[in-house]
Amino acid sequence: MNSIALILILLVYLALLFFVAHWAEKGNKNKWIVNPYIYSFSLAIYCTAWTYYGSIGVASKSGLDYLPIYLGPIIIIPSWIIILKKIIRIAKVNKVSSIADFISLRYGNSRFLGAMVTIVCLIGVLPYIGLQLKAISETFHVVTKTPLSSIVFEDTTTYIAIALALFASYYGTRYVDASEKRKGIVTVVAMESIIKLLFFLIIGIYITFYVFDGFDDIYQQASKLENYEKLNSIGGLPQAINWFMLAILSMSAIFLLPRQFHVTVVENNRESHINTAIWLFPLYLLLFNLFVYPVAWGGNILFNGQQVNTDFYSLLIPQFFNNQTLTVMVFLGGFSAAISMIVVASITLSTMLTNNVLIPYNLLGKLKGNEESISIKKIINTRKIVIFLLIIFSHFIYRLFGLDYSLVSIGMVAFVIIAQLAPSFFGSLFWRRGSRLGAIWGIILGLLVCFYTLLLPYAIGIANTNSTFISEGLYGNHLLKPFQLFGLDYLKPVPHALFWSLLVNFMVYFSVSVSFKGNYRERNYAEMFVDINKYMTNHENAFVWKGTAYTSDIEKVLVKFLGEERTKRAMNIFNLKYNVDKNQELADSRLIKFAENLLTGHIGTASAKILISSVVKEEKITLPEVLKILEESKENIIINKKLTETSNELKKATHELQLANENLIKKDKQKDEFLDTVTHELRTPITAIRAASEILHDDDEVPEQLKKQFLQNIISESDRLNRLIDKILDLEKFETGKQKINVQKNNVVTTIEQALEPLYQLIKNKNIATYVESAEEAFALYDEERIIQVMNNLVSNAVKFCPETDGLITIQVIDKEDVVQINVSDNGKGIDKNDFENIFDKFYQSSNQNFKKPIGSGLGLAICKQIVEYHKGKIWVQDSVKGACIVFTLPKHKQP
Amino acid sequence: MKKILIVDDEPNIVMSLEYTFKRQNFEVFIARDGMEALEILKNQLPDMIILDIMMPLVDGFETLQKIKSNEQLNHCKVMFLSAKNKESDIEKGLSLGADAYLTKPFSIKKVVDQVNELLG
Repeated sequence: MNSIALILILLVYLALLFFVAHWAEKGNKNKWIVNPYIYSFSLAIYCTAWTYYGSIGVASKSGLDYLPIYLGPIIIIPSWIIILKKIIRIAKVNKVSSIADFISLRYGNSRFLGAMVTIVCLIGVLPYIGLQLKAISETFHVVTKTPLSSIVFEDTTTYIAIALALFASYYGTRYVDASEKRKGIVTVVAMESIIKLLFFLIIGIYITFYVFDGFDDIYQQASKLENYEKLNSIGGLPQAINWFMLAILSMSAIFLLPRQFHVTVVENNRESHINTAIWLFPLYLLLFNLFVYPVAWGGNILFNGQQVNTDFYSLLIPQFFNNQTLTVMVFLGGFSAAISMIVVASITLSTMLTNNVLIPYNLLGKLKGNEESISIKKIINTRKIVIFLLIIFSHFIYRLFGLDYSLVSIGMVAFVIIAQLAPSFFGSLFWRRGSRLGAIWGIILGLLVCFYTLLLPYAIGIANTNSTFISEGLYGNHLLKPFQLFGLDYLKPVPHALFWSLLVNFMVYFSVSVSFKGNYRERNYAEMFVDINKYMTNHENAFVWKGTAYTSDIEKVLVKFLGEERTKRAMNIFNLKYNVDKNQELADSRLIKFAENLLTGHIGTASAKILISSVVKEEKITLPEVLKILEESKENIIINKKLTETSNELKKATHELQLANENLIKKDKQKDEFLDTVTHELRTPITAIRAASEILHDDDEVPEQLKKQFLQNIISESDRLNRLIDKILDLEKFETGKQKINVQKNNVVTTIEQALEPLYQLIKNKNIATYVESAEEAFALYDEERIIQVMNNLVSNAVKFCPETDGLITIQVIDKEDVVQINVSDNGKGIDKNDFENIFDKFYQSSNQNFKKPIGSGLGLAICKQIVEYHKGKIWVQDSVKGACIVFTLPKHKQP
Repeated sequence: MKKILIVDDEPNIVMSLEYTFKRQNFEVFIARDGMEALEILKNQLPDMIILDIMMPLVDGFETLQKIKSNEQLNHCKVMFLSAKNKESDIEKGLSLGADAYLTKPFSIKKVVDQVNELLG
């Protein structure tokens, strides 16, 4: 394909990226931009050109060896739900903008450590960026079928690198605060992730199903190739250990690679997005690896015996079949994979370089003092220039050193170098004792081991001298062979280097940390990192600081970096949050921490500390003092928590009181109504007695028979009066606990018979049918007289509520394991559901009762309930289709 | 012969009143609740109605409202005879248009006097 045409396509593609970045940046609250899917896809920045082209190369030369690099992340990702959440919380609270900031902050705002982490990242990542540029450049020449020009400035791809550098420096430095979200970049990265996967799947399907006849066909043909068996055997235990080490390597890479830290931690908008990422991202990786193998072996079959770069099979195959569209598509996919990595990696490196090296070491002007000092504009411009230079510099690394090792091995070396941050990084999350010195020495010695076991032999390999260093070891000492250190000979170079370097790194980190105590600041941050969940909302409280500081001095520093308006806003927020008086002259430890946080995003954690300490007078605190203060603040937090709990309890109690009060008012009203009823009930017999007596007294001419009737009325009304008084007193006795019951083993069935006897006349009068469903006997423990009273009451109620015709009362006795249950049901109008609970309340008369005059005194069911509960039984209303059904139980065994 | 309707659900009380008014030469009708009373009033136009308040189905107050809405019964006097003796109940009864309100327990003599006074 014509170079100019391809360049035009690239320009259109880059313009599209600019447009998307711009659009995303403008609508940065849009749900199309802030959502878990954009987040998850942006994580796929992990898949660079190395994945896109390199895996195929590896698969074609050494079978399944490309897999562990993707298996590692897939295995570790479920743990994100805990670990990543913790990291994100720490980063958010402290406004951390890079992995260098993260580590340096934890080990006491250490300037040296921050700078060192930055250097480690530079060493690891710069060649890696070069590798991406190499991929772009080489694939460009493959697609256009042009040779690589030996003069840098005559090669088209140099200008592509420059264009990328401009794009990255323009969009990467929109905010001074490096911990701000860069939505434009992230959206573009997510889009490119989709594009590269899509195009990779398309070429995979094309080769598998169009060029070949499916997976089986490729396998059939490939197995006839001479070295197939050898390359595709899984191998024994040594191979498994190699795989294991590679998986460990990629597990740490997914956390530690600066670009990965950036998209997963710094650019995380919501913690909940992790929940989507933990399934979507592994799925993405799996899909990406689906066609690697068929493409690789398809290439091996097609180009068997020819000298071609196996990394580029996915380009060469469509080209071989003259399919130009597909070739360009694959090229664009690879281009996407490369530039995502280039842009984000260069932005993060530039942030780290400015915030953790240039600014804290006063290379951009003095931090302290007012004159000739550093300015915001200068910081931004520096970041821009650094991004630009990093990309250009990487390009020159590639052009100068050629980076002749295959794509994969350079990527692997980068991983091993970055993995040196693992002990101090993961230590910072879980181990309070980890110290700055431990971290520094661990990283340095780990790097030295890397250098000896990996970089040096590779460098010698590239230089192609006849050195015996690799085969014979240093000074001919076989124990010092760089690839088989101390006789460890079954690991391949990369896992081998990883094993020794991490082992040394970890041992040093551990032993130095245990042997030398860190300073108080380290200990303070150790507490805040490890227990981040506790300090999430009030981490300023957990910061230990002693000394004198003036609010106005701190404000001045803030104004310089944040501007008047933002400083004012920030101070307002602070005063509101901690309820601090606006005119407070002296600053406390919380303000110091708050100010350091605000500055951290702009100038990095170490510089923030240096800057703030230049305007305050700090007193030295000893480690034991810090521990004591921490202990106290811990207690404070516990007390706070207890206070909150107590206040919650109080709230609950108030609520309960309110309910109780409402209940009381309701009860009071019910009592009034009850008194009304009772007085009415008492007055009615008195009225009858009085009227009859008056007639008998005043009228001498009452006929004899009528006279007798009146006297009979007086007698029966007197009895009625007496019964009513008995009932009231009865209830009173139960309620005050004065009632005594005589519990014995009785047969419920005979008790029911006894209870029904006096009611038969009444039942007969209303023509009601009664059924008793029971066994011959059912024994329970109760006072027979009282239960007769209950049955009498329930059955009389049932009689009252039965319809005038076809009335039916059913009594069931059910013998259960621990209790005998008795159901009394009628076919009347039933009980309203709202009354199920209250119907047993004393004085309660249903508001839904159609009868304006209550039936009975409103005491019957209340007395029943008292009696049943006295026996440790239960009474309730059972939901029934027709009529009312009241159920009560009597225990069969002695109750405690 | 004057007609009187006695509405009460207590048979013993009704018995005394029935005897008394028969002795006073009234034609006496008896209803056990408001519903029955209204049924009787469809065929009879009594001069006097004695109403209890707390009764099943239709209470005294409601019965009075129904009576007052019937123009044919305009001339007919109504007296409450109830165990409800609170000021508020008495006021309610009279405001609904009752001509008198006596509380239980009552004196037979007073009831007779009151009825005679109302019927003039």
